[in-house]
Amino acid sequence: MKTTILTGVLGAAALGLAASAASAATLDDVKAKGFLQCGVNTGLAGFASPDNAGNWAGFDVDICKAVAAAIFGDATKVKYSPTTAKERFTALQSGEIDLLSRNTTWTLSRDTSLGFNFAGVNYYDGQGFMINAKNLPGVNSALQLSGASVCVQTGTTTELNLADYFRANNMEYNPVVFEKLEEVNAAYDSGRCDVYTTDQSGLYSIRLTLAAPDDHVVLPEIISKEPLGPAVRQGDDQWFDIVKWTLNAMITAEELGITSENVEEMKGSSNPEIKRVLGQEADSKLGASLGLSEDWVVNVIKAVGNYGESFERNIGTGSPLKIARGLNQLWTKGGLMYAPPIR
Amino acid sequence: MASQETLRDDSASRSSILYDPKIRSIVFQILVFVALVLAVGWIVNNTIENLRRANISSGYDFLDSRAGFDIAVALIPFSSDSTFGQALVVGFLNTLMVAAVGIVTATIVGFLIGVGRLSKNWLISRICTVYVEVFRNIPPLLVIFFWYLGVLSVLPLPRDSIELPFYSYLNSRGFFFPRAIWADGAWLIAVALVVGIAMSWFVARQARARQMATGQTFPVLWTSIGLIVGLPVIAFFAMGAPLSFDYPVLGTFNLNGGWTVKPEFLALYLALSFYTASFIAEIVRAGILGVSHGQSEASYALGLRAGQTLRLVVVPQAMRIVIPPLTSQYLNLTKNSSLAVAIGYPDLVAIGGTILNQTGQSIEVVAIWMVVYLGLSLTTSVFMNWFNSRMALVER
Repeated sequence: MKTTILTGVLGAAALGLAASAASAATLDDVKAKGFLQCGVNTGLAGFASPDNAGNWAGFDVDICKAVAAAIFGDATKVKYSPTTAKERFTALQSGEIDLLSRNTTWTLSRDTSLGFNFAGVNYYDGQGFMINAKNLPGVNSALQLSGASVCVQTGTTTELNLADYFRANNMEYNPVVFEKLEEVNAAYDSGRCDVYTTDQSGLYSIRLTLAAPDDHVVLPEIISKEPLGPAVRQGDDQWFDIVKWTLNAMITAEELGITSENVEEMKGSSNPEIKRVLGQEADSKLGASLGLSEDWVVNVIKAVGNYGESFERNIGTGSPLKIARGLNQLWTKGGLMYAPPIR
Repeated sequence: MASQETLRDDSASRSSILYDPKIRSIVFQILVFVALVLAVGWIVNNTIENLRRANISSGYDFLDSRAGFDIAVALIPFSSDSTFGQALVVGFLNTLMVAAVGIVTATIVGFLIGVGRLSKNWLISRICTVYVEVFRNIPPLLVIFFWYLGVLSVLPLPRDSIELPFYSYLNSRGFFFPRAIWADGAWLIAVALVVGIAMSWFVARQARARQMATGQTFPVLWTSIGLIVGLPVIAFFAMGAPLSFDYPVLGTFNLNGGWTVKPEFLALYLALSFYTASFIAEIVRAGILGVSHGQSEASYALGLRAGQTLRLVVVPQAMRIVIPPLTSQYLNLTKNSSLAVAIGYPDLVAIGGTILNQTGQSIEVVAIWMVVYLGLSLTTSVFMNWFNSRMALVER
């Protein structure tokens, strides 16, 4: 509570005093201080979590690293601000962070009344339910959950979808609401609630951290659209473009078969599209038009790999989460991942 | 003396208006005031300007929008179709509820422990000392976590509920007990209760007047208990026992029916009560020790018994010392209730936080929080000051 009020007050104070500086060119500010301040989750395995040595890693963290690599050519020039669901927006509005990459759902009101711009979608998700199958053997559908106690994190679209879903299906429930993800996890694990609800990717991630992961099942229903993506403040189009095209470059690289391993050879490719994307075209102006160097895509791919590599390493088959690509497959392979052309 | 007078007269005639201390102090006060107004104005103006520039909507219009989320504990009807404004009212009432019952319990426990610590019984006084030292020296947030995570969340699941007398159950989802359903005619019982209380008050007044006039005492306590309990009981049977119960029954997920006290509320209520009680105990002890020993000796010499001495001589004087610091403890308890957010009890801060995040109106919500807590604390202060002035020793 104290931290929340403090964040709120500091946020308010910062809005009053410092926002004038923050709304100027963010790229210049970032270059001047020498690092990118990136808002991430406080700890969601696979998406953003620190390892034993305190190094942050994950699918959302890769976006931070990619942007830093595009600007500085060095993916380590990032400082991470772990934010709760509740703190994240104030942190971005007040200029405390330059970029919010924290499994945040893109919605109309966040785009408008919060004053943000979403730089695309890096994960197409949907809200699901998880239950302890050992304690509730008869339940295999979300429509059987009437009367259940449901653990949910406050200040999320999840909380609103939950209310809508139970209302639409004429079911009752007891919301058990916490501010921090760790608190929700602990409450669910101790049996305070029958059901845990959040984005399905999150459920798979959280299941790994429970005392007995195998006892828990994710129910088949998906009750919402949750396009998750990085967000920036409104009013700085150049900065918005940099984040947007960094994400697009990662997707384009996957389409073109450019990986972190072959990026150096690819620079010598005869394919004009690959040459253009990697900044090898004679008198190319693409990087400069963003305010970056011409080899920015090369730096991004070297640092985090293409979109598919980042996916598999953090949350896909190369990780304990083993999430299938599904909707997040390239459009050419039946998914929704589609980047506008880099030219 | 005389030379000083001359000196001052001299300087007064010579000095300009600049050196007049009275005018100087007024000028400086005006300067500070203007500077303060300008600083506040600058901050407000800057904030509005920056909010506008960052395209963040502001104002209190959002209070009328649909909330869209549900609240587990609501004293007034609330659904996801209600407004953000109503959600804040629900949060405010939840804060008031936990603060009110917490203050009552903390006061009772605190007085018992405080008196117990002065007991001549070695065991009682040591137990009370240990209690005070333990709870006073642990941060309230940890006490809350102790009750929530250490005591309530390790209770069994609903299927293996602990059965208590009167069809009550205790499990990790809370404390369940039968709900009384009053049938027609129950109003007479309430009327009987009110009549009983009124008559007790009247009897007490008459008894005091008689004692003042004749010195004869009257057993007021037993008469009052008889009236307050007896009259409603007679009314209850006279109306043919208009009462039935709705018992909690095990459903798929939980016990359904009856009343439920959620573990979040229980944890917060117990933690705040026991934490604050340790401070109140010390205040009570200080108050009693602050009454000079000669007062009790004089009272014994007049032939009053130990109980009468405590009730008629020591406590009234101790109250003078006790009440002002007691006010601070009540304010602390109310403000500490905002720690509820850590265990998910939907108080004003928790719900305000949800709204802050759903709407992004951080400045407005923080302002509402501050105004409400300020108002709540000032109201408590005003009441306690009034109580204090009533209890203060009136010199005759």
